[in-house]
Amino acid sequence: MPIRRRTVLTAAAGLAIARPVWAARPEPAVLTPDVIDAAKKEGKIAWYTADDLVLATRVSKAFEAKYGMTVQLERSGAERIYQRIAQEYSSNISAVDVATTSDLGHTVSWNASGWLESFLPSEAANWTDKAIGPDGIYIVDKFTLVISGYNSRLVKAEDAPKSWHDLLDPKWKGKLAKAHPGYSGAITNETYALSHLLGWEFYENLAKQGVLQVQSATDPPMRVAQGERAVMADAAEVTVLRLIGEGAPLVPVYPTEGVPVVGVGSVLMKKSPRPNAARLFMHYLASSECQKVNMENGSRSFDTTLAEPASWTPLSSIKLLFNDPADLAREAEEIKKRYSKIFGV
Amino acid sequence: MSISESADTSLSLTETNPVRLGRFDLSLIPLGFAGLFLAFLVLLPLGWLLAFSVTDETGALSWANFAELGDPSLFLQPFITTLGIALGVATLACVVAVPLAWLVARTDVPGRRTLRGLVMISFITPPFIGAVAWVLLAAPNSGLLNQYYRWIAGAGPFDHLFNIFTAEGIIFVMGSYAFPYVFVLTANTLDRMPYDLEEASAILGGGRWHTFRRVTLPMVLPALLAGFLIAFLQAMTQFGTPAILALPAGFHVLTTKIWSLFQFPPKSHLAAACAMPLLLVTILLLRGEKFLLGRRGYTMIGGKTGAPQLTRLGLWRWPALLAALFVLFATVLLPNMVLIRASMLRTVSDPWNLSTITWSNVPLVFTLSHTVDTLRNTLITGVTSATLGAAFSVLIAYLTARRAVPGHRFLGFLATAPAAVPGIVLGVALFIAYTRPPFQLYGTLWILLLAFLTIEMPPAYQQMQAAFRGLNPELEDASRILGAGRLKSLISVVAPLLKSSVAATWCFIFIGAIRELSATILLTTSDTKLVSVLIYDLNEGGQLGGIAVLGLVLMAVTAVVVIAANRLANVGTMAPGR
Repeated sequence: MPIRRRTVLTAAAGLAIARPVWAARPEPAVLTPDVIDAAKKEGKIAWYTADDLVLATRVSKAFEAKYGMTVQLERSGAERIYQRIAQEYSSNISAVDVATTSDLGHTVSWNASGWLESFLPSEAANWTDKAIGPDGIYIVDKFTLVISGYNSRLVKAEDAPKSWHDLLDPKWKGKLAKAHPGYSGAITNETYALSHLLGWEFYENLAKQGVLQVQSATDPPMRVAQGERAVMADAAEVTVLRLIGEGAPLVPVYPTEGVPVVGVGSVLMKKSPRPNAARLFMHYLASSECQKVNMENGSRSFDTTLAEPASWTPLSSIKLLFNDPADLAREAEEIKKRYSKIFGV
Repeated sequence: MSISESADTSLSLTETNPVRLGRFDLSLIPLGFAGLFLAFLVLLPLGWLLAFSVTDETGALSWANFAELGDPSLFLQPFITTLGIALGVATLACVVAVPLAWLVARTDVPGRRTLRGLVMISFITPPFIGAVAWVLLAAPNSGLLNQYYRWIAGAGPFDHLFNIFTAEGIIFVMGSYAFPYVFVLTANTLDRMPYDLEEASAILGGGRWHTFRRVTLPMVLPALLAGFLIAFLQAMTQFGTPAILALPAGFHVLTTKIWSLFQFPPKSHLAAACAMPLLLVTILLLRGEKFLLGRRGYTMIGGKTGAPQLTRLGLWRWPALLAALFVLFATVLLPNMVLIRASMLRTVSDPWNLSTITWSNVPLVFTLSHTVDTLRNTLITGVTSATLGAAFSVLIAYLTARRAVPGHRFLGFLATAPAAVPGIVLGVALFIAYTRPPFQLYGTLWILLLAFLTIEMPPAYQQMQAAFRGLNPELEDASRILGAGRLKSLISVVAPLLKSSVAATWCFIFIGAIRELSATILLTTSDTKLVSVLIYDLNEGGQLGGIAVLGLVLMAVTAVVVIAANRLANVGTMAPGR
């Protein structure tokens, strides 16, 4: 089985590289009243998403309120969603309309399987190249960072870690919470970026710190906010910022070596059982209205018309680490395997 | 004794009566179908499981899957951990349950009915909800108990008394939810145990200790052993508790390992091979129990004896009551209290006061658009599988108890066989069997229904069989002599007589379906999600407050359904059943 996936992906990655530079974006699709009407007739949209649960719930509610349709929200880790869609498609079940993943590597293999519809909503037409998939197979309708951070009730600012390497200090033994790449797409991004930047020794030493191993990248902020652990060995920035907005005693740390960027991409499934509703939802995801909801809940946006809250650390002051989706697709499985060996689960 | 004799008589009548032999009882057809369905239910998935374990991805015969089990981190380490935990859980469950059962059944300790009732609460608590409750209580830093400890002892911010994320923590939590099984088995046996034997021993000069050792203990031993075994098997095959507690601690048990093999790309063949040793251990244990008990007669024959004389504890009644209450407080009340507390807090470790109390968890859970759907799915599958399962186990128990069809012995075997199949293994087997033609059921509620029917068949069948044994066949014979077929006499004579047993079986299956997570987690899709899986998903995202809300709702719904079912069964009954 691994062989099958690997060969497909390698082929896909090869294609991606061979892709001529000018195979740019498709013609942007404009939202017409016809699409809205047809979507309303379909009545419902099934959205599988790796977004933070609270954020995804708020986006769904806003969409439902605007169009009077139902969103069937399936929130899980990106890797679980990837597994679920593969499992459903191999059993001839097409339930999902739009999928949102925090591991853009997934879009490479989905595209290689012919599951994706090229679709560029006009709302995203002016976004930067990083935000649009090759041939419009996905839009990065939000992005977040994998950061560290701490509970300000348990750690003084001057003692707090400043870098990834600071996490290896013996004083943090038994005080770290960490998410898992076998579950979380954000953490797959991080593990890829940091294992290349710092080497696997970093993770081997981190494993000796006795981390509280949780699954989703949204979980460490919650455990640390609860005071179960003092420091997040990794966390999705979106959840940290959202919780801070709600009054949680969290302080984000942007490690000096570099911070992995997690592009959160949404795709339109070719076999979507409600194609009009799916298109309408893609339009909505890219709309400034939805981007605002995202931002209010801690997510960063490619929509340049929106200004980030002043309290956020500006991107310009952070060293960002970008991953190529093709690299992620190629190495994800090996990364997860190696991680499991090192951390024991 | 007299029962089995008359059963034999009716059988020999059937065989010697030429008129009977010539007339074909039409109701044999549906009964025969029930038998076939049972065979299908059990044999198809197990057949696929076996086939998958010895083939590779291309379908070619291969031992490579079993060779891979040699990798210690894949199989051996989780397997040894699993066995160690199961042994700990079974021992703990017995140590807690047996003295409690004795207190409640054979002594004059005050409040015996209440004590029994409290144990029942932990029956309707799904173990994975209990595991979350214990995270709230005994996580090393945020756990409430550890917070209180630090406050009382004035200890430093990271000192702790308890750490639930350890093997010991897991044993404790699993033990809390396994001991009711041992308790019920032992208490029931002690209730029914004729007092004459103990009295006889006492009259013949046996002292209290001697009587206990030579008379009471041997009679309770089968129940104790059965209880130990159930606790062991439950701990060995459970998924939810280790998923919530072992993974954060950084180790796998076998069920979580098998689950991890279904991460994409799913390694079903390897998972099937991994499941085989679990299956083997279960079968060995069940055979072992038979071997240990099978040689001696443990049946407690005898007519009605007087109510057992209760041991007078004197002043010791009060410490005994306190001890019992403490055990039940720690295992039953405390986890439920902390769930209620957490359901009303935004951050579960916050102190509880007017400024921190919030209802925001309730809308969070119920604005998840599929929460209501999952509740409905859970109720539909629970009620349907309980109804079908109860009806089905009546049929099968009838067929075997009355030896109504050829091959009834095999039917009995098939009905008990799933007991040897751990939930996660069955999940793997059903997944393999029903994701391909001719039965593509994955993605529908049917596959969950099949799973619950299969998992709950052995206990349901055993309950109904016991009920049939207590029912004299003369009544059915009368109905049949008056011209009714087997099915008709089953429906109009037997069923009403067995009403309370049927209701008990129904509730048992229903609760079992609500508690199930290990097979369910592999078999649900987004359209067919159940509450148990939704809770598991929320746990992966760290939404402990949301879990508390959902868990309480689930338990309340379960309690209402179970009470309603019992009320319904007792309507029209003059004397309520036992």
